[in-house]
Amino acid sequence: MGNRFLTAILLLTASTGTPVLAEGDPERGRELYRPCAACHMIGDGAINRIGPHLDGIVGRPAAVAMDYRYSEALIDAASEGLIWTADALDDFLADPSGYVPGLRMIFRGIHDEQDRADLVAFLREEGGTPDPVYANATAVLLAPSDEVLQIVRMEGDVYYGEYLSNECTTCHRPQGGDDIPSIAGMAPVDFIDGLVAYRSGEREHQVMQTITGRLGDEEIAALAAYFETVGQ
Amino acid sequence: MTINRRAFMGTTAALAASLSAPMIARAQTAPRVVVVGGGAGGATAARYIANGSQGAIDVTLVEPTRAYYTCFFSNLYLGGFREFDSLGHTYGGIASGGVNVVHDWATGVDRDAQTVTLAGGDVLPYDRLVLSPGIDFIEDSVPGWSTAAQNVMPHAYKGGSQTELLKNQIMNMREGGVFAMVAPPNPYRCPPGPYERISMVAHLLSQVNPTATILVADPKENFSKQGLFEDGWERHYPGMIQRIGPDFGGGNVTVDPAAMTINIDGQVEQVDVCNVIPAQRAGGIVFAAGINDGNWAPVSAYDLSSRIDPNIHVLGDAAAQGAMPKSGFSANSQAKVAANAIVAALADGRAFPPRFANTCWSLIATEDGVKVGATYEATDEGIASVDSFISQVDETPETRAETYRESLGWYDAIVEDMFG
Repeated sequence: MGNRFLTAILLLTASTGTPVLAEGDPERGRELYRPCAACHMIGDGAINRIGPHLDGIVGRPAAVAMDYRYSEALIDAASEGLIWTADALDDFLADPSGYVPGLRMIFRGIHDEQDRADLVAFLREEGGTPDPVYANATAVLLAPSDEVLQIVRMEGDVYYGEYLSNECTTCHRPQGGDDIPSIAGMAPVDFIDGLVAYRSGEREHQVMQTITGRLGDEEIAALAAYFETVGQ
Repeated sequence: MTINRRAFMGTTAALAASLSAPMIARAQTAPRVVVVGGGAGGATAARYIANGSQGAIDVTLVEPTRAYYTCFFSNLYLGGFREFDSLGHTYGGIASGGVNVVHDWATGVDRDAQTVTLAGGDVLPYDRLVLSPGIDFIEDSVPGWSTAAQNVMPHAYKGGSQTELLKNQIMNMREGGVFAMVAPPNPYRCPPGPYERISMVAHLLSQVNPTATILVADPKENFSKQGLFEDGWERHYPGMIQRIGPDFGGGNVTVDPAAMTINIDGQVEQVDVCNVIPAQRAGGIVFAAGINDGNWAPVSAYDLSSRIDPNIHVLGDAAAQGAMPKSGFSANSQAKVAANAIVAALADGRAFPPRFANTCWSLIATEDGVKVGATYEATDEGIASVDSFISQVDETPETRAETYRESLGWYDAIVEDMFG
């Protein structure tokens, strides 16, 4: 489905990451993971949702979850050899958008060193060892579908989008919350890609499928234009 | 019919509100909107009208309580999943958003003069009036019960002290005692509410008083999310809950608060706690304004304006609008549609087509959450459902836990949307 093209191809070699971090407590990390779970699945049967699945994330090369449409920023980082060692994850989680400028993920970061260590310990325990297939995986930039691109090219009516956003703000807070992610400040292409995936049923969620079921292209373009202007 | 602003600000209630609100200079001719009721409908409407008009509309919110305790999520407090204080919210954020907040009761509406009278004596003129008063109980709908008996047999169906009272009574029940509920007839606020409450009381009792039992007298054949609740009760609280539907006399109930008995179709039961949720109607101000038809206020689906007086909009539980359930989510959704229409009419804002949505989450047991929801559109006859969904009986525990966490995220978001 959809035309996909490659902007960056690189064979990545996964190193066996040797942790130099403080001892983390995976059980505490499980609690800290709760806000992450709004977008990322981890463990048996994990699949891509709003964010890529995190199975085998500790030691996994960046941007290799199959069929996940990563941002250009993350593909670029992968092409420079980024591997999610425990060290790299620690730096990344301290300041995500400082570590990967242009990152799509909306998350302020975790300032407490012990909290990061606990979270990484949880990711290691719950996510397990990275599948050997990732060692030779290629980070590819998947293009959005034609349907998404067509909406991206429309000029969204910001004012109409603000009105339509009333339907979003009953659940989505600018700073995010339990199991409901922030959508403020999202890049339009990502916002549109997400809503179209709910609308088509490709991405599962009862509430979001019902809400998007009656959004036309004009409405999605307006919402994307509006949410791009909203600060977190 | 004008009111001197200084005299108006001189009343104690208004003065207290003004201390926390920045003074906003307004032209003498700024259109005035009065909103009665500071819950999910009224608080949202006041904020959205003030924001949407960028201060061009003078908005006054009349709400008697200084701290608003949400009725939604109060069952989670009963079950031990939330602290009581987490349900309370104040109006500082609304006041600092440019809304005049007046803590008083609205007692009368003069539709010809376009004024609202407050219990404290103030008279507020309006160009548009928004009524979002929630529900009142119909006297004698459960013979033997009246609001005078609400401290013996609490309804706990308006947020606040009643919720705390009911929890205290449950905690102090004798070992192996009986918790009884008289469930309400349709239509009533929060369709799954009584059944989520049964679940939460069962959860609490199974921990602190496991031999206690729950008796429900219900005048309704069916109820919201029935299959999901009954499946959950079977799994989590086997043998604890007995529901008597109308076929077995659940609709023919009287109570005796002095004797702590409940009479179900001639059979008298001695009970230890009795939660009476009576039949309901719109809050009193709807009747004072004379815009009711029977128990509720009929409204247009396009802008929630009264079918009797188009200068008055009625939101939430009090409105007869069509297919939306009476819920906080619905009231919040309707408030945004009404706010858009009011700003368009009074301040030359752009008018957009109405659109509504609702989701009701319920908790059955620890991390066992379910939901039902729909999108809605306006028709000449009323608000009509477009598409809907409901949780399934065979969902995985992970899905149920996700649904529960999602409800926590929703709660934080909607109270922020209401109170700023």
